[in-house]
Amino acid sequence: MNMVNAINDALDIKLAEDKSVIVYGEDVGVEGGVFRVTEGLQQKYGADRVFDSPLAESGIVGTAIGMSVAGLRPVVEMQFCGFIYPAFNQIISHASRMRNRSRGQHETPMVIRMPYGGGINALEHHSESMEAIFGHIPGLKVVVPSTPHDAKGMLIAAIESNDTILYMEPKRIYRAIKQEVAEGKFTIPLGKANVLTQGTDVTVVAYGAMVREVQKAIVMAKEAGISVELIDLRSIYPIDKETIVKSVKKTGRIITVTEGPRTYGVGSEISQIALEEAFLHLEAPPARVSAFDVIVPLPRGEHHYMQDQYKIFHQIEKTVKY
Amino acid sequence: MIFSEYNPIDKKTFQVMDDDGKIINKPWMPQIEDDKLVKAYKDMLFARTADLQIVSYQRQGRIYTYPPNYGQEAIAGAAGAVIRDEDWMVPAFREMGTMLAKGVTLKELFLYFMGYEDGSKFSVAKNTLPISVPIASQLIHAAGIGYSIKYKKEDKVVYAFVGDGGTSEGDFHEAVNFAGVWKVPVIFIVQNNQYGISTPTKMQTASETLAIKGVAYGVKSLRVDGNDYFAMYKAIEESVKVCKEGEGPVLIEAVTYRKGAHTTSDDPTKYRTKDEEDSWDCKDPLKRLKAYLIDKKLWSDEEEQKIIPQFKEEVDRQFRDAENYGAYPKEDVFKYLYAEIPDDLKEQEREYDNFLKWKETKIKTN
Repeated sequence: MNMVNAINDALDIKLAEDKSVIVYGEDVGVEGGVFRVTEGLQQKYGADRVFDSPLAESGIVGTAIGMSVAGLRPVVEMQFCGFIYPAFNQIISHASRMRNRSRGQHETPMVIRMPYGGGINALEHHSESMEAIFGHIPGLKVVVPSTPHDAKGMLIAAIESNDTILYMEPKRIYRAIKQEVAEGKFTIPLGKANVLTQGTDVTVVAYGAMVREVQKAIVMAKEAGISVELIDLRSIYPIDKETIVKSVKKTGRIITVTEGPRTYGVGSEISQIALEEAFLHLEAPPARVSAFDVIVPLPRGEHHYMQDQYKIFHQIEKTVKY
Repeated sequence: MIFSEYNPIDKKTFQVMDDDGKIINKPWMPQIEDDKLVKAYKDMLFARTADLQIVSYQRQGRIYTYPPNYGQEAIAGAAGAVIRDEDWMVPAFREMGTMLAKGVTLKELFLYFMGYEDGSKFSVAKNTLPISVPIASQLIHAAGIGYSIKYKKEDKVVYAFVGDGGTSEGDFHEAVNFAGVWKVPVIFIVQNNQYGISTPTKMQTASETLAIKGVAYGVKSLRVDGNDYFAMYKAIEESVKVCKEGEGPVLIEAVTYRKGAHTTSDDPTKYRTKDEEDSWDCKDPLKRLKAYLIDKKLWSDEEEQKIIPQFKEEVDRQFRDAENYGAYPKEDVFKYLYAEIPDDLKEQEREYDNFLKWKETKIKTN
């Protein structure tokens, strides 16, 4: 099962067991979404539960806020992360604040799904990685799966959560990774990172499509005699400090790998955690492998921008030799 | 059908009563029992009394910034008379009459404007969203609530408010469009009080009216004299009927005049003349309904003089109650963001606890 199938499976399970779950967005109904993530669901559950909305991101998120306040559990799709900006006001001024400003009287249990990230030769505005922006907003949870198994378990957990969850889908690996995914319902707790590879020399923290690039770099590192511990962060917020700190204390070194721009990014936050919580264990400064602080180049220039095994291994070598 | 008879395309404005309280449109006069009508007037009078008193509290430095309702009471008052407990209220911030009708207490409104989120946790009012400051953004929630009502086949209607300035926001258009496509039971009430802070309506739009915007979205729309209680009541009553028949949403442009400032921080003398303000006095919504009631011998100046001090006392009682609300608990800063407080946020709270302890000993030793 690939990630597209896994997400579809999670939606299918929740639609089947909970009548309050509603799935909508641009082209998600008849067509099943531009990436076919919602394929077949309208046929199965009807056009009042899975449907195409007008083409308006603020309207999609804002109506989901209204539905969730009134007792539904909407799962809405932003067609691409780069198209979410018209919905900023609804996300930041309302979804993230409703419980707080009504002192618990109203909640907005909703999931905003969106494909994000580069590497698929897409049009302008189709390759952004904006997780850091949302991680900065109090009241939101932001999660990113890196495997089909995690995608399914995390989405089910997100739909069952009473918080507003931004569920970011690394579209580059939508179909690139296949694995056995358990049938039926299971959840993966949101906010918990996953140590994918144990190691002793350096900790690498990544998420989404970058996890696979780090795994390739680990093969190179192994040949060079370097033992890497890989943490799949899974959740941008809440951030699993405990797992990160425990690992850094063991390895003494930390590198973050993120797809988005560097400044004020997720890597900066993790580096600061390492400094605050494991300063005396550090044998090298925390390092950030990230995009430059530039706009995502169009496909012909994207290879300059994206992080790959070479850029990651290069930093691993530098950090270990520091 | 009121919406075809007063189609905004024909540039009509729906009126039932003239400036002197005379009924000029008998066929559309709503049937309201005498005691209900007197209560409606008293509710509007109470709202006005409270409103004027809040402005004076603000001048005394006892409450922060406040947006007065003065002059617009018939709109929120009529909606308040029709709305039911199970209906949804999606306010902007100038609808005191409807909020009170839903069961929001003055004390709660005071708490909000005094700086407590607790004022937006309504102890009695059900299905009522908090005041919404980001202009027009709340209208989209109304469309979503409308979808939920339709999906669950509930007998409920959503009342959603916005001002004239809000019709320039994209969210206004997205909300009316979504609700129109989905055919959901939402009554959008645009309080056209002639100004968005200082900007006159003619600088918000080249459209001849605001009601016409609803027509473009395939939504039944109506331009109403918002200072005419009977016209507003009838318009809302008819809108509810349309919504219940599954023919919603509806858009009502209620033409009114904001007699007060935008908020207590605003100075209207900078952008409008005394002559203009005075020219709206003859259309005052309370004055007109009062004239009707006096003519029908349902109300008198004596009764009014007797009741106003009682209202003032009640307003003051609730205000003092709010003033004595007490300290803002530190825990409340942290505990409502998420269903469960994330570890990281718990840690920040502990850090703050430690700081507070340190500060306390520091202050003691000094």
